[in-house]
Amino acid sequence: MSVLVYAEHKDGRILGGTLSAVTAAIALDQDVHLLVAGESCTDAADAASRMAGVTRVIQVDDPVYAHPLAEPMADLIVSLASGYDAVLAAHTTVGKNILPRAAALLDLAPIGDIMSVEGPDTFKRPIYAGNAIATVQTSESKKIITVRATAFDGAAPEGGEAPIESAPAAGDPGLSRFVGQELTKSERPELTAASIIISGGRGMQSGDNFHLLDTVADKLGAAVGASRAAVDAGFVPNDYQVGQTGKIVAPELYIAVGISGAIQHLAGMKDSKVIVAINKDEEAPIFQVADYGLVADLFKALPALSEALDKED
Amino acid sequence: MKILVAVKRVIDYNVKIRVKSDNTGVETANVKMSMNPFDEIGVEEALRIKEAGNASEVVAISLGGAKCQETIRTALAMGADRGIHVETDGVLEPLTLAKLMKAVVEREEPGLVILGKQAIDNDNGQTAQMLAALLGWPQGTFASKIDLQDSEALVTREVDGGLETVALGRPMVVSTDLRLNEPRYASLPNIMKAKKKPIDKYSPEDLSVAVEHRITVLKVEEPAGRQAGVIVESVEELVDKLRNEAKVI
Repeated sequence: MSVLVYAEHKDGRILGGTLSAVTAAIALDQDVHLLVAGESCTDAADAASRMAGVTRVIQVDDPVYAHPLAEPMADLIVSLASGYDAVLAAHTTVGKNILPRAAALLDLAPIGDIMSVEGPDTFKRPIYAGNAIATVQTSESKKIITVRATAFDGAAPEGGEAPIESAPAAGDPGLSRFVGQELTKSERPELTAASIIISGGRGMQSGDNFHLLDTVADKLGAAVGASRAAVDAGFVPNDYQVGQTGKIVAPELYIAVGISGAIQHLAGMKDSKVIVAINKDEEAPIFQVADYGLVADLFKALPALSEALDKED
Repeated sequence: MKILVAVKRVIDYNVKIRVKSDNTGVETANVKMSMNPFDEIGVEEALRIKEAGNASEVVAISLGGAKCQETIRTALAMGADRGIHVETDGVLEPLTLAKLMKAVVEREEPGLVILGKQAIDNDNGQTAQMLAALLGWPQGTFASKIDLQDSEALVTREVDGGLETVALGRPMVVSTDLRLNEPRYASLPNIMKAKKKPIDKYSPEDLSVAVEHRITVLKVEEPAGRQAGVIVESVEELVDKLRNEAKVI
């Protein structure tokens, strides 16, 4: 038996969360199949077949899968599930939407947001916004799992030569229809894929002041994020939000500017390799998790940082 | 149309939780409990739909021990019309919750079921999707806007990278995200009125659902801590450390 990983793809590429899910899948079983469902998704299937560690690609090409609607996608997973010991997906808004639905249709208890594979049926997952870690064991013979992308290194996108096999669509249950999307346009890397992130909090005082972060971000090739307080204050849209209720990130470098360090924010970024905090309040809890702290007025520190980055070391 | 809205009793979001010293779970004795924040948003949305003339009744449901009644009373004080309490002790896994709620939905026949996108205790975030699956209904998860039309609803969802709008046939299950609305506070007169509103009680046996445990929590631990680092004196020192010590830029 083997493991099926639901692949998220865009413009013919396999997304980072799926690469991490493949790594988690390999920890369960060496035979890892990648499900690439979409409309005209041959490029994505080809990309999937080149991934290291993938042993087979199941391509399902049908207009009903043009967008990952939960209702038809869960039915598709159910139609394929009998051949697998486990079905995995990234713990993204797509994976979280589809996998629990598929699990219920199969009368299985899913496990969400795993951080590690401790054994064939045992996993660690965060609870209480990451303030506690639970080790859980499932009695299900077939496991339905979503994977915390930041907890697993992504599988290499090249190095494999898996055969591509096509499978039939499972039909449209006719319950839902895609209407449209408004994606935040940005020249910068996506938060969950960036190796450097600079985030602003309530201390930024307004959305306009985020241009100070943008200037530094452009010099570092960084993504720009925000705390929930900054989002709630209307400074920036919700998809900037880093935290338990937003995105979970773990970049090489995370720079928190004007962010006090509420528990819910820390839960979203504390696994970053290096954390820098810039805050004028030396008592701010963010300094307790920061590798480098700078007690300063951000309106002076950010322009100075921008200038210092221009200088050669 | 009737709306069924789920409310869960959880440790208040402002409380810093403590892991029990025997690693069996999180300390809940003498800790402030509240309604799950995403469920408050759900109650608020149900009330707004009713106030706009698009629903006739808002029914709040909670599943769990006797104290869930307090959470149902909170929903009633916000303005829900009546409550349903499925009383059972012990942990309810999302699959069991979905089965119990399905049985209640079959009795109550709501046109819309609203749940929080996740409860802030176990952070599973699965019950809404599983309930929709068991009912064969569409699901609008992580909703930031619900626009009810004649035969369907347009639900705007918070997705990675932005927003997505889907059209869902009715009846449907919706799970709430943060920006759907800002919940109201219950007024004192409404808190008094809520005490007289009815709460129906069911047991899992009444609903012919077996309470199963398919996932065992082996242990609960504190996360690995991070050590505080150094305070630098200037931006120049910071850039120097990032370049030459941490080597991340």
